[in-house]
Amino acid sequence: MNYIFYFLIVISIVVGAINGRLPDVVNSILTGAELSVKVAFSLIGIMAFWLGMMKVAQKCGLVELIAKLIKPLTKRLFNEIPENSPAIGDIAMNFSANALGLTNAATPIGIKAMEELQKENIDKTSASNSMCMLLGMNTAGFQLIPATVIAVLIGIGYKNPTEIIAPTLIVTTIAFVSAIILAKIFQKFWAPQIPTLTKRITKDEVKV
Amino acid sequence: MNTLSVWALPFIIILILTVALFKKVPLYETFTEGAKDGFKVSVNIIPYLVAIIVAISMFRASGIIEMLETAFAPILSHFNIPADTIPLMIVRSLSGSAALGVFSDIANTLGADDYATKLSAVMVGSSETTFYVLAVYFGAVGISKLRYALCVGLLADFIGIVAAIAVCNWMF
Repeated sequence: MNYIFYFLIVISIVVGAINGRLPDVVNSILTGAELSVKVAFSLIGIMAFWLGMMKVAQKCGLVELIAKLIKPLTKRLFNEIPENSPAIGDIAMNFSANALGLTNAATPIGIKAMEELQKENIDKTSASNSMCMLLGMNTAGFQLIPATVIAVLIGIGYKNPTEIIAPTLIVTTIAFVSAIILAKIFQKFWAPQIPTLTKRITKDEVKV
Repeated sequence: MNTLSVWALPFIIILILTVALFKKVPLYETFTEGAKDGFKVSVNIIPYLVAIIVAISMFRASGIIEMLETAFAPILSHFNIPADTIPLMIVRSLSGSAALGVFSDIANTLGADDYATKLSAVMVGSSETTFYVLAVYFGAVGISKLRYALCVGLLADFIGIVAAIAVCNWMF
């Protein structure tokens, strides 16, 4: 990320100077910073709502039930987390919310899943294999119906906006499956994390 | 088809609350207890969002995307890919609102029957903004070393673009 951050900023300034757009680039620092805070603050309410809902769902055993249903799948995808980890239920809910196009619900639930995965992470500053897998699943953006896109198409008077559902579903499935396969491949070849905790958390301790 | 999205949310909420009430979970207390974290999590994300959104805003303002468009247009026209969709391919991983903006622009200027409109609809509909998801999800738990996460996200985005082109060529 260090290189990407450096590259994005330096190349923007250099190219901006060549194009004579340097004032725009400088202005974009301000607007970008403002936008980030706006995005974060707009998340607060909906984040609180879904974290509250998830707590209720968790207490009444619904999350656990869903976790049990998809266990055969998650066991393979997230082979590093303990079988009865609360993260599994959250991951399942995150996927379902994404698939149904409920981005507002998917983000808080996905963050909650990340927090659960962080508890089992051996190096708190770097992403564990499970975290990379969850992120890959989310960046691929699997969703059954692209509601926003359909809304735009209806807006311009597209006669049959539902005809894009099938191709979109094929493409999003391909991207989603390849993200999972890629994460698995990278997991094999990437240098493993170095534990930073003095005492490495064993699976039994996590269960307690 | 759209009714699925409309009904999914109310259904999930009713399901959660009904099961909870049936199991005698203290609804109001549990809800507010969970909701407390909403503020903390959102504020935690801010530094990560600022880093990524500022860098991407600068990148977009510099005009580099237009330069890439002119550079790639001749190559991509070989594969029957309209030049109008090139900015979308780049911006799709960087910014969700920008991608939707570019798509609306293509749709409004080229119209409903144009191939570019259909191709860009599929491209936008089939992806999530990789950099935004990265900032929010990892920012919330304080992860700064990404390991291979970004590689996976961007490679999957690229595969998505290729798949969108192939599928649209075949179906439309």
